[in-house]
Amino acid sequence: MSTAGYPQWHPDAAQTLIAPIVASAPGPVLLCLQAVQSHFGYVPADAVGLVADACNVSRADVHGVVTFYADLRDAPPPAIPVRLCAAEACQAVGGRQLKADWTALCQSDTALAALTGTDEPIFCLGNCALGPAALVDGELLGCADVRRLQDAVIRAQAAGESA
Amino acid sequence: MSVWFVPRDAAARSMGADAVAAALEARGETVVRNGSRGMLWMEPLVERADERHGPRVGWRNVTADAVDVALPDEQSEQYLGAVEEIDYLARQNRWIYERVGITDPVDPEDYVAHGGLTGLKNALAMSGSDVVQAVTDSGLRGRGGAGFPAGIKWRTVADQAPQPHVGESQSAPKHKYICVNADEGDSGTFADRMLMEGDPFCLLEGMTIAAHAVGADRGFVYLRSEYPDAIATLQAAIWIAREQGWLGHNILDSDLCFDVEIRVGAGSYVCGEETAMLESLEGRRGMVRAKPPLPAIKGLFGTPTVINNVLTIASVPSILARGAEAYAALGQNRSLGTQVFQLAGNIAQGGIVETAFGITARELVEDFGGGTRSGRPLRAVQIGGPLGAYLSADKLDVAMEYEALIAAGGMLGHGGVVLFDDTVNMAEQARFAMDFCVEESCGKCTPCRIGAVRGVETIDKIRAGKDVAANTELLRDLCDVMTQGSLCAMGGLTPNPVLSALNTFPEDFASPVIATG
Repeated sequence: MSTAGYPQWHPDAAQTLIAPIVASAPGPVLLCLQAVQSHFGYVPADAVGLVADACNVSRADVHGVVTFYADLRDAPPPAIPVRLCAAEACQAVGGRQLKADWTALCQSDTALAALTGTDEPIFCLGNCALGPAALVDGELLGCADVRRLQDAVIRAQAAGESA
Repeated sequence: MSVWFVPRDAAARSMGADAVAAALEARGETVVRNGSRGMLWMEPLVERADERHGPRVGWRNVTADAVDVALPDEQSEQYLGAVEEIDYLARQNRWIYERVGITDPVDPEDYVAHGGLTGLKNALAMSGSDVVQAVTDSGLRGRGGAGFPAGIKWRTVADQAPQPHVGESQSAPKHKYICVNADEGDSGTFADRMLMEGDPFCLLEGMTIAAHAVGADRGFVYLRSEYPDAIATLQAAIWIAREQGWLGHNILDSDLCFDVEIRVGAGSYVCGEETAMLESLEGRRGMVRAKPPLPAIKGLFGTPTVINNVLTIASVPSILARGAEAYAALGQNRSLGTQVFQLAGNIAQGGIVETAFGITARELVEDFGGGTRSGRPLRAVQIGGPLGAYLSADKLDVAMEYEALIAAGGMLGHGGVVLFDDTVNMAEQARFAMDFCVEESCGKCTPCRIGAVRGVETIDKIRAGKDVAANTELLRDLCDVMTQGSLCAMGGLTPNPVLSALNTFPEDFASPVIATG
């Protein structure tokens, strides 16, 4: 899996990220983990002990937070994550079929699957009048279909290459 | 010189609004990125005015490659004429949403020119206690779903002394907090998002009024990570508000000192439950707390805390500006004022409808919504999010207000209305409700944590035709345990969609089908 342009894990860099959070915010564990993830793309196992020490809580406490929240990942994200809304308003306009179609496409196109990852369902993107909704590398799509998903992946690729 | 308006709302952007704005700018036009009018099936809805604050005409469903052809062609099929005369808008009564779609959301001058800060100025001229009284008199109730009277909650917090954080000595700094619940996780709801993207200063003004009313020094907005545009817009608004002296020390030259920060959620639905939200704000797993103590007495970090939904807080500036009496004159019974309904799912004309309580579900679904998007017969409507009941298409004459919906076996929730056409399989929807509870249960109480898992299994057995009568009875029994025995609404209300599907659409459970999921 690609690390999508995130820097490699480095404990000193992580320390620099979380020190000001610990110093200024009460209840800093989740904020620290979010900061680590937004910088490195995920929360590496080594970050758990580091955050625990910095926040003066046990590793178990930090592990508990990491595993509770769906957003916090323990592995790098795919280069262009594709996430389809799995909630009711999108189900009502063919969300399940779109998921089946996209999954089938990814099974037949391994390059696409490697690029976009296995779709991790997301429950509601707040675009419920224009479903099915999807998030492609941070771009929100309304009235999504396979074609619009593919176009968005291509746009994201182009943006990544020009960056 | 004419000015063009292209919404910056995420829903409009999801249909290509950015490219439309870029195409207009490339043509040398002046473009303002406004909020969305809330007629989402028309997005991108582009408007033009001869001058910045003049009357506007609009075009619907504009695409970037058609900008040069369609705009400003008043003969085109996309031409709408005067936007504010469109029936969908003209029939609404906008209080919370009075500026959304009209102003540039991050332009402070635009905000003030359209009535912004009037409520705060009025509030600052009153004692905190009188502000609490005004909110009480308005009849405003919590818009997150529970419907608790906001004034009573505020009074409770106002009556508490500020406290140091739990575990700190009495000599440590003492606080009261305003926490806004912007963890709008219910499918079919997007009014919080559109308000934060379309008029973020309104939320900040409401929080500041609340701070003055109860004596709070700091506010948090717990905003879900699935709303990146709302996070960015609200953050920009916070910075601007500080520069303007609307947040910080001596707000508007008064004695009030108050500041706001955003805390971003991490993909957990149950964190929309107020005590789980507090745990998350404190950096921990979003595990529900037992009540009492009430958050109004021991809330964030153990201090007295007002927790209100975005729409509750955003109602306050207009109540203080136009008067509690005028607000309370709207609505009916114990549901006073306006509610922002959200029309979603398989709907022809989805979007925002702010109107007084008491409109019927049928008026929303048919008159505003125009029926299903697919054109097929309407079969079911889910009101109030994933924990709300499914109503059949013939049960829509219920008035949209807290008590009437409960009497009809439903609930208002956060005001979402999701339509399903006749292709829906209600047993599949019941299974999803249980499965969603499996995914999102915080795990603290057994009925929710284990009950949901057993619920999925039992529905699968029923759908597979195994011991249908016995398993159906078991499912009802299980739902009873979850309703009676769960610590919070997650487990306690999951039986709503399950049982309503089972009771109203038993035929979907009868035929053996292969479970999907």
